[in-house]
Amino acid sequence: MEQTLLQLNKLSKSFGRHKAIDKLSITLKKGNVYGLLGPNGSGKSTTLGMMLNVINPSSGSFQWYQGAMNIHQALKKIGAIIEHPNFYPYMTALQNLKLICKIKQCSTDNIQGKLELVGLWDRRHSKFRTYSLGMKQRLAIAAASVNNPELLILDEPTNGLDPQGIHQIRALITKIAKDGTTILLASHLLDEVEKVCNEVIILKNGVKYYEGPVNNINQTFGYFEIRAKDLKPLKKFLESFTQVECIEKEKEGLKVILNAELQLDELSEKLTRAEIFVSHLVKKKSSLEEQFLTLTQTK
Amino acid sequence: MRLLFIELYKIWYNKASRVLIFVYFFLIFSIVILSTINIEFGPIKFNLAEQGIFNFPYIWHFNTFIIALLKIFFAIVIVAMTGNEYSYKTLKQNLIDGMSKTEFLKSKVYAIVAFVGISTLLVFTISLILGNIYSDYNEFQIIFSDLEYLLAYAVKLFGFFTFCLFLSILTKRGTFALGFLALWQVFEGISYGLMRWKLSDLIPHLSAEQVIKFFPLQALGNLITEPFTRLSAIQNIANQIGEGFTKDYGISILNISIVMVWSVLFISGSYNLLKRRDL
Repeated sequence: MEQTLLQLNKLSKSFGRHKAIDKLSITLKKGNVYGLLGPNGSGKSTTLGMMLNVINPSSGSFQWYQGAMNIHQALKKIGAIIEHPNFYPYMTALQNLKLICKIKQCSTDNIQGKLELVGLWDRRHSKFRTYSLGMKQRLAIAAASVNNPELLILDEPTNGLDPQGIHQIRALITKIAKDGTTILLASHLLDEVEKVCNEVIILKNGVKYYEGPVNNINQTFGYFEIRAKDLKPLKKFLESFTQVECIEKEKEGLKVILNAELQLDELSEKLTRAEIFVSHLVKKKSSLEEQFLTLTQTK
Repeated sequence: MRLLFIELYKIWYNKASRVLIFVYFFLIFSIVILSTINIEFGPIKFNLAEQGIFNFPYIWHFNTFIIALLKIFFAIVIVAMTGNEYSYKTLKQNLIDGMSKTEFLKSKVYAIVAFVGISTLLVFTISLILGNIYSDYNEFQIIFSDLEYLLAYAVKLFGFFTFCLFLSILTKRGTFALGFLALWQVFEGISYGLMRWKLSDLIPHLSAEQVIKFFPLQALGNLITEPFTRLSAIQNIANQIGEGFTKDYGISILNISIVMVWSVLFISGSYNLLKRRDL
């Protein structure tokens, strides 16, 4: 059975009157790569902040490891980066990582390996403040994984990086995911989540909008909006199609949801042959994907 | 020990903090140099050490008072380091890495305790050595009398540092905290002035002194009264011009308790701020 790492129970957070997160329930299971998707201001960072003990929830609760550990013990076993990499600028990379090991109470044996993984071993004696943003972000990943975490939480890890930096970070995440680490990746970029994650949670205005496998989103085939004077024969005719998942009645017509590819011209031709004439026939992408796109603001 | 180590690690690798602490300890040692001051002015020869400032048990009073003035150096370290935790957002990262807010505060308080301990020990050692060289009295009982000045010294430092810690957590900025400290000093001064002016009219039998001693900075100041007017040389002069000082130079349990209560308030206040705030 998959082990539950984290469970959020109707977690809410208000900032004054504004409800940033509203009764959010999420379960994270071991072995998955989760994407937490939503536009800026949808509550991603607030959610992560609450599970990481830096933001006090207004109501609701959450449990790490099904309550077997308190939050501090749990946080020592995971790794997390929130927004910008936060280190002591006057310390070198090596000094920073040693301090983190002291806080996490883990061995310092991993430091060399992790710094090599992110390509910073040669710069280990440079002060953190001399690093470029890409290097800082990579050091943050090394720091977050220095305890060989069971869960790695990343918040917008590619924000503000140049294309090369983005590519490096993504390659790193994929590499870490392949080693079997559970990952929770928060992002407002659809393609980023699509490329690395297998499960996705979509937030919109602090409310969970969708939760499920990434594939389910990509494998929708859209739907037809059809209007006609007489809907009965139309409905009957459409029910004979194997590609039709279900038919919903709408205000003025039918919404035909597909479970396989069916082209608009093909349907039109068949309807004409069956001598069914429609006043309105449009093929649309599934509303989820529509929402998905507006949510993520890509193209 | 782990928490103390973490805080010292943070301080040690910060160049400015390291320099401040070195300067602090250097200045403590430089009080030794005071003893060698010889002023020769024509026929008048003046040697500070021979004026009796290093006599037991007066030396405990004098050294703890003078060296306590240096506490501002470590106060700057505390304020700067705590302010940095906010501006570098490393407080957030420490918590994410699994430190609890209690542990975070503990590591700061432990560092303060360690520093106060070392500083007190140093004052004790230096005074003991200087006293043995210059003191006119070397009887065991005299040497180890008036040791309560050392206790007052430790409490004074601890109280001041916890005040600084609280202010820097409150303001989240090192510079603001120091500014606030200066402002608070002015505030206490003004309230004292106002109370002297009006208080006894409003509430009879209550003097401004009785109230002001409960204010944190005044309470810290009251712990060890200035030692200068206690010097025999100065008292002689004062007596000659007919203006004798009658002052209580001792350490009062009440003043120590007031400062201890403030320290507890500052630490619990810091804790509540940390607990309540989102980062």
